[in-house]
Amino acid sequence: MTSRTARPGTDPAAPPALDGATPIVEQPRRSFVEQVMGLPMSVHVRGPLARDDRVARAVATAFADLRADDAMFSTWKPQSPVSRVRRGELRLEDAPERVRRVAALCEEAARRTGGAFSAWLPTAGGGHPAFDPTGLVKGWAAEQAFDRLVDRLAALGPHDVLLSAGGDVVVACARTDTPDWTVGVEDPRDRSRMLLTVPLRRGAVATSGTAARGAHIVDPATGAAPFRLLSATVVGPSLTWADVYATAAFVRGAAAAQWASTLADHAVVLVDGYGAVRTVTGPPS
Amino acid sequence: MRKIAIGLMSTLSGLVLLFSYHTSTNSGTALASTGTTGGTTAGQSDGQSDGTGSADTSADGSTSSDDSTSSGSSSGSSSGSSSDSSSGSSSSGSSSSSGTFTGDAVMTRWGVVQVEITVKNGKITTSEAVQYPQENHRDVEINTYALPVLAEEVTAAQSADIDAVSGATVTSMGYIQSLQSAIDQAHL
Repeated sequence: MTSRTARPGTDPAAPPALDGATPIVEQPRRSFVEQVMGLPMSVHVRGPLARDDRVARAVATAFADLRADDAMFSTWKPQSPVSRVRRGELRLEDAPERVRRVAALCEEAARRTGGAFSAWLPTAGGGHPAFDPTGLVKGWAAEQAFDRLVDRLAALGPHDVLLSAGGDVVVACARTDTPDWTVGVEDPRDRSRMLLTVPLRRGAVATSGTAARGAHIVDPATGAAPFRLLSATVVGPSLTWADVYATAAFVRGAAAAQWASTLADHAVVLVDGYGAVRTVTGPPS
Repeated sequence: MRKIAIGLMSTLSGLVLLFSYHTSTNSGTALASTGTTGGTTAGQSDGQSDGTGSADTSADGSTSSDDSTSSGSSSGSSSGSSSDSSSGSSSSGSSSSSGTFTGDAVMTRWGVVQVEITVKNGKITTSEAVQYPQENHRDVEINTYALPVLAEEVTAAQSADIDAVSGATVTSMGYIQSLQSAIDQAHL
């Protein structure tokens, strides 16, 4: 919180220095944005080489990783392995290893969420449920690309990284002289406002809701869109699971708070249809 | 437009002042603060003006221009992204086309999405979904929110206090496809 907040003229009420404990060094920083999987994805890097070509190349590789997973898992691309599984042309057990891995994770997600998350969704027109891992793939693919990016950047010295996959965020800090990443959680009632902010050095924040996209989440049990919550945000160590839990909490609606309180090492923010905000913290593991 | 962007950013930092305290420096999952239930109102008109304010950005390929301040300038790496029609078009706004352009009607899982843009002097001034799934009223918000979302990533990257925004910031793929085809028609 040094020169970044001291922007003359636009921010007269600059916050006072909040702690004097760690000297905070302003590190070079760079952001990258691309559209992948139909989502705006951004990567932010802080550290000595942030503006160096080597970092840019490492980030470009991360975006390439994401596009490769899009080609593998997209239900929109007719020739993707997942599309072929959905049409019955390819058996799941014959699918590529990454697809089988995701299918296994989807099973685990269904178990961990008591069925609130499922990769077997009713199809339009009342057909048989078809394999649709989309709800898990975004967070999982982003986390995989992120982990590999963190390793690649580590080879260039200590850098901090943040990746946002269409509003699901994962961060890591290899430096100790930098401020926390600050992740704002959007107010689903007024998306120009922040509900709260989460300071984070390692971990993930994921939000499920209807605000941006219409009813893109369906309750596996009924095939209908759940409307009891406006949004569910989950903060936790892993983006894959924060994303799954956010979806599951959103699907559970009114029952989400009770369930969320059982999630070790996670914090959950629920906004209900009346606009009430509730924060639930699970037990430490 | 510039004014709107600055206004939005100062609003953001104002809110951050309200809601962020620096409680934890290293605990992984602690929440900083629970925002109380703030006033709601004016979401719609805000969304509209955001859309206008951000049109510049996405017309330039959804990456941002360099901000002259010390940090947080974001430079987009160009995406050679294959079959996805959703990657930002990389043309600079050198053309001076004007008019209204209607994108392809794109079938999505939720219904048909079709986007119309208004262009003045090579810049998108408005974008509007002229067709969107009608099953429930929330889909209407695709109209107001999709463009601001694209900009929000960049705005967040450049704003002083927030590094990223977590929200249901998921732009419908159909929206992007239709928007892209409208942009193509406008030769932006």
